[in-house]
Amino acid sequence: MSTKSVKEIATYCQEIFEDLDFSKAREWKAAQAGRKVIGFMPVYVPREIIHAAGMLPLGILGGGADMEVIHGDAYYQSYICRIPRSTIELAITGRLDFVDGMMFPSICDVIRNLSGIWKLLFKDKYVRYFDAPQNFKDNIGGVFYANELRELKEGLERLSGRTVSDADLSNSIALYNENRRWVNKVYDFRSATPWKAPSAEVYLLMRAGMVLPVEEHTLLMQDYLAAAEAENRPMRDNCRVAISGSFCEQPPLNLIKSLEMAGCYIVDDDFMLVNRWIKGDVSTDGDPIESLAKAFLHQSAETAAKYEVDMNVKGAYLLDIIDKRKADGVIFAAPSFCDPALLDQPMLVSRLEARKIPYITMQYAENSGQMQPIREQAGTFADSIKLWGAA
Amino acid sequence: MSNHDVVKSNSQNVQKEMIARNYDKITSGKVKVSSTFVPGNLNELLMCFDIANNLPEINAIQNAMRKKSGEMIMEAERSGHSEDVCTYVKADIGMMAKGNIAPNGKPFPDPDVLLLSYTGCFTFLKWFELLREQYKCPTVMLQVPYAADGAPTKNMRDYIVKQLKEEVIPTLEKISGIKFDIDRLREYLRKSAIAEDDLVWMLEQSKRKPSPIDCYFGGVYYMGPIFTAFRGTDEAIEYYKLLRGEIEERIRLGLCAQTPDGDMPEEKYRLVVEGPPNWTSFREFWKMFYEAGAVVVASSYTKVGGVYDYDGFRHDPEHPLETLADYCLGVYTNRNLPTRVDMLARNIREYEADGLLINSIKSCNSFSAGQLVMMREVEKLTGKPGAFIETDLVDPRYFSAANVKNRLESYFQMIDQKRRAGSSAIAA
Ligand code: SF4
Ligand code: SF4
Repeated sequence: MSTKSVKEIATYCQEIFEDLDFSKAREWKAAQAGRKVIGFMPVYVPREIIHAAGMLPLGILGGGADMEVIHGDAYYQSYICRIPRSTIELAITGRLDFVDGMMFPSICDVIRNLSGIWKLLFKDKYVRYFDAPQNFKDNIGGVFYANELRELKEGLERLSGRTVSDADLSNSIALYNENRRWVNKVYDFRSATPWKAPSAEVYLLMRAGMVLPVEEHTLLMQDYLAAAEAENRPMRDNCRVAISGSFCEQPPLNLIKSLEMAGCYIVDDDFMLVNRWIKGDVSTDGDPIESLAKAFLHQSAETAAKYEVDMNVKGAYLLDIIDKRKADGVIFAAPSFCDPALLDQPMLVSRLEARKIPYITMQYAENSGQMQPIREQAGTFADSIKLWGAA
Repeated sequence: MSNHDVVKSNSQNVQKEMIARNYDKITSGKVKVSSTFVPGNLNELLMCFDIANNLPEINAIQNAMRKKSGEMIMEAERSGHSEDVCTYVKADIGMMAKGNIAPNGKPFPDPDVLLLSYTGCFTFLKWFELLREQYKCPTVMLQVPYAADGAPTKNMRDYIVKQLKEEVIPTLEKISGIKFDIDRLREYLRKSAIAEDDLVWMLEQSKRKPSPIDCYFGGVYYMGPIFTAFRGTDEAIEYYKLLRGEIEERIRLGLCAQTPDGDMPEEKYRLVVEGPPNWTSFREFWKMFYEAGAVVVASSYTKVGGVYDYDGFRHDPEHPLETLADYCLGVYTNRNLPTRVDMLARNIREYEADGLLINSIKSCNSFSAGQLVMMREVEKLTGKPGAFIETDLVDPRYFSAANVKNRLESYFQMIDQKRRAGSSAIAA
């Protein structure tokens, strides 16, 4: 039984979150000769393979609200979102110098092109653009994806100088299955008793999972749940909202806090989908690469970065979340200039409108400072929900 | 100068007729119609099913050049689309809201199929999901993996071929009621390759001094037939033959590049341009170049529908599906940044250009994200100065003529200085 308090855990996570030198990951690497760290960007990479190669997957989610971007603007025009420029800033200021390789998932053209910038600027680093199928049939997209995963595994083997066996992979899959179960428990707990698990805390807990080794992160979530359960916190008369559109560049922590302070309990979100990308467990039987591929094809999260084959199913995942979490409404919070999120939004909105589910839309940058308008907007939204709910 | 005074060559008139015929065909109600995208489009395959090829990007360009796109974009924004996203998408959606009228004045029919060739741009995916909401028609996707390491892999090629065999072709068969005939495809591909040979010949003529053509502003016209609904047809072969004859004649006469105001009297600056042009002020934009004596000798935009000169790609009738895969994989925006840099640097060297000008498009992440780094890399590789301007494709709100002109003027001055510095260094 954990003896750590919620406050202690939250402070620990906050320190990890604020530490743009990624000291925890550096310490992990330094603890044993030959260890390697692979950075990855949103929205999803199979961390199991990195882990099985004996490496630490490190989630890079931009520079956040407080980092001053000095050089980054010379790399990106003003009409491109902020995450690539702050990520470049992290790299050219040496904060990623210990990172041995970077993975850029196929989420949008900005991240895609960032993979090329990395190749141009950091020629000695391993760079992998991680392509995923938009065709979800086993014999078509599945074959392509399994081969991509094998290529990834081989690349990491070359980098680490060790062979990754099926047993290594299955072991890593099991660890990440366990981790995801606890992530889901945290989300379920927050949804059931949102006053006991404020969203800023849950957010920080999930962010810690971007830096810590998976085993440690799982223990941390266990500790948190035990501590949060035991903590006596007052229940407020807030409405319940799901956040959609924040799957890549992250909103400032203050934005998350502001929403809650304005009267909105966040009962679901898409902040760090990599933590919850696979729904359920990945099979630990049979060929592990095939299992990862199948899990991607048939049981992965929906988001704007994925093609929805069936128009009638478009947006159904959001409606399911609303049902499951008993959400009163949705806040579409997207980074400015984010094509995937902003182009997807009208389609999702139409599904909500058809069901008369209230929503609001807002845009942010990771360094947005002014929270007053957000608080006012969210406060009005919460009030109107309560009013309708009472009617 | 009024539109009537625009100097047009025979090939331009022929192309105009070709485009008009295609719009008449699309709006005739007599053929099945597919909407699809320019980069890596499957025109030869669509022709195997007698399906007409309607390209929303081209419609957006047409509307922009007719000064109609601004209102369409605002219409889309009024209906809930963000100011921040690709304006091609909004111009298309706004066009629908305004009655979906084709350039020939007739309404576009609803497409029978959306062929989502997801090549070189992520936005395509969302664009056709949005159109599907409207048209509720069958949608078939061809995912073309990004050639992130510079060269396509066997896995990528196999994946495309499999999608063609198991997804695209069966869907097109069903929609058209026509059985796929691989020999018919081979025949079209054979014709594509003939036209492509002439096309590459044309591209390479701007190595000459003076260049007989402008390979950006003029280039977008020259690329028209091969990038749109004509690749694989006899018409395209004829068009490029005619164009070749015209250029040969220009070379014989020693003429500088042709512009809407006639032939450039003198060629002072030779540029390579990266990025699409602005369409809402296309003529005004072009004029800023030719009035200063600047000719574009090579541009990446003329590779957006397919790259033929860099590594010698031609459609290969002997391997029909594989060649379609290679074609899609090789389009400019599907190539990684180091390759794009190499292509531009090679162009500067081989075409003896004075430098690289980037026209960065506000709403196009596929092209624009990373261009500042590309410019610096190309400068490093070639020792030639680069310049950066910012406009938009079809949103008139983002074309500031004064800014662009200022920027261009200082760029030309910079080139002059460099030249002077170069010649005094030689003299010393
Ligand atoms: S915030 Fe959006 S546009 Fe920017 S990199 Fe992420 S997904 Fe791409
Ligand atoms: S983002 Fe660029 S390439 Fe993609 S559809 Fe828009 S204009 Fe075309």
